[in-house]
Amino acid sequence: MGDRASRPAIGFRYEPPPLFRWPMGFLQRHPRLTRQVNRAAAPFENLTKVILFSCNMCGQCVLHETGFTCPMNCPKQNRDGPCGGVRANGHCEVIPEMVCVWVKAERRSRRLPWRRDLFRVQAPLDWRRKGSSAIVNMLADPFAEDGEP
Amino acid sequence: MSAPPAGWGRFEQALVSGRPVVTCEIGSADGADPEDVRKRARLVRDHVDAVNVPDNTGGMVHASPLSSCAILAQEGIDPVMHMTVRDRNRLALQSDLLSAALLGVRNVLCLSGDHMVHGDHPDTKPVYDIDSVQLVALAAHMTREGTYLSGRPIKPPPSLFPGAAANPFAPPYEFRPLRVGKKVDAGARFIQTQIVFNVARFRTFMERVVDLGLHKRVPILAGVAPVRSVKAATFMRDGVPGMDVPDAIVRRMEAAGDKKARREEEGIRICVEIIDELRGMPGLAGFHLMPIAWEAAVATISKGAGLRPALGSSRPPLHASPVPELASA
Repeated sequence: MGDRASRPAIGFRYEPPPLFRWPMGFLQRHPRLTRQVNRAAAPFENLTKVILFSCNMCGQCVLHETGFTCPMNCPKQNRDGPCGGVRANGHCEVIPEMVCVWVKAERRSRRLPWRRDLFRVQAPLDWRRKGSSAIVNMLADPFAEDGEP
Repeated sequence: MSAPPAGWGRFEQALVSGRPVVTCEIGSADGADPEDVRKRARLVRDHVDAVNVPDNTGGMVHASPLSSCAILAQEGIDPVMHMTVRDRNRLALQSDLLSAALLGVRNVLCLSGDHMVHGDHPDTKPVYDIDSVQLVALAAHMTREGTYLSGRPIKPPPSLFPGAAANPFAPPYEFRPLRVGKKVDAGARFIQTQIVFNVARFRTFMERVVDLGLHKRVPILAGVAPVRSVKAATFMRDGVPGMDVPDAIVRRMEAAGDKKARREEEGIRICVEIIDELRGMPGLAGFHLMPIAWEAAVATISKGAGLRPALGSSRPPLHASPVPELASA
């Protein structure tokens, strides 16, 4: 993972399993190429994830931890669970016609064997990564400080 | 370094004393008169261990809670500053946390904040740079590690006492106790809940909290509030998302009639009854009174329910502690 990788000061950020060590090493050795790959991959990732999960391209995907519900659809952009304003019918207090993303996340995550991930404190977002490819970001440098790309 | 204000740390001491703790909330200044805050603070100071000041509550502009809390600290009260992630990014949040410590305010209640669509500036830009759980973690990090989020050292680091809120009355109900656990994991040292009107729902929540063993890790204060009128009751039932006001309470307020004295008396009676029902509930460490713009009610409720602050009163406590574990913590 190199010297420039450092864990976030607070919260947890997903780290890819050792299986990905080879592509990770490759991408980390070629930062310029990584940037290109990221730019090329982002639109495809956008297309598929928007259709499937109404993704917001924050660049630090937690879909797998939230029962495949994008928390960035929450008007408060809560990444750690529901706010106190959820309506009695489970809808959002800000957008009354939308089901609260955390009501959905809680329900959907029950089917996941790794449901416990839902109760882990998330690291604050790196807003520089918004719009970039979360998969390339994760492989290139999960804890990057320099905000590529 | 100068001596901290007289009330510094009283809230934490009260929580570890093992006796039931009482806190209350007063609105932040809504005008440029510091005397207004002092006047309202004097109405409640003898009845509570700490006083909360909300942060632009309901999305309505008020003075910064930091300024009102600084005034409370001068008055010898230990203030609890609400801090929302709605209006500030992480730079401003850290800056305000440090400023609070400079001004003698160490208790911080970390919240998401009522969304601005409910307030008087629905057209403003929401910030939500980090979320409320991350804010708890941030305050705990600054105190524990003595650095900013960037890793730069704070010299000397602030001694903050971060807390968090819990709302047992909004879906997803199964998530709520686990979310308390998440906040405790992040570093919350106390929990204050949304106003309890639906005692049955609250009991279910607390049973789950006790199951998870969270009551041993964090003191939980139940929010209670007096209703002042039928209008207020129906507004809280229909107009405030995340609040659960049973119809029975609205009906009781309607039955009390239109006369101000009668309906206020009924509102306080309902509040006292709820406190009596909650008292002794396993895992509960005390009460948090939220008399919305009705500070005088704190004295009446305390008297009616026999509540007294854990510290600040030389008399022995009326009831045994619901959280004996905290005494040895």
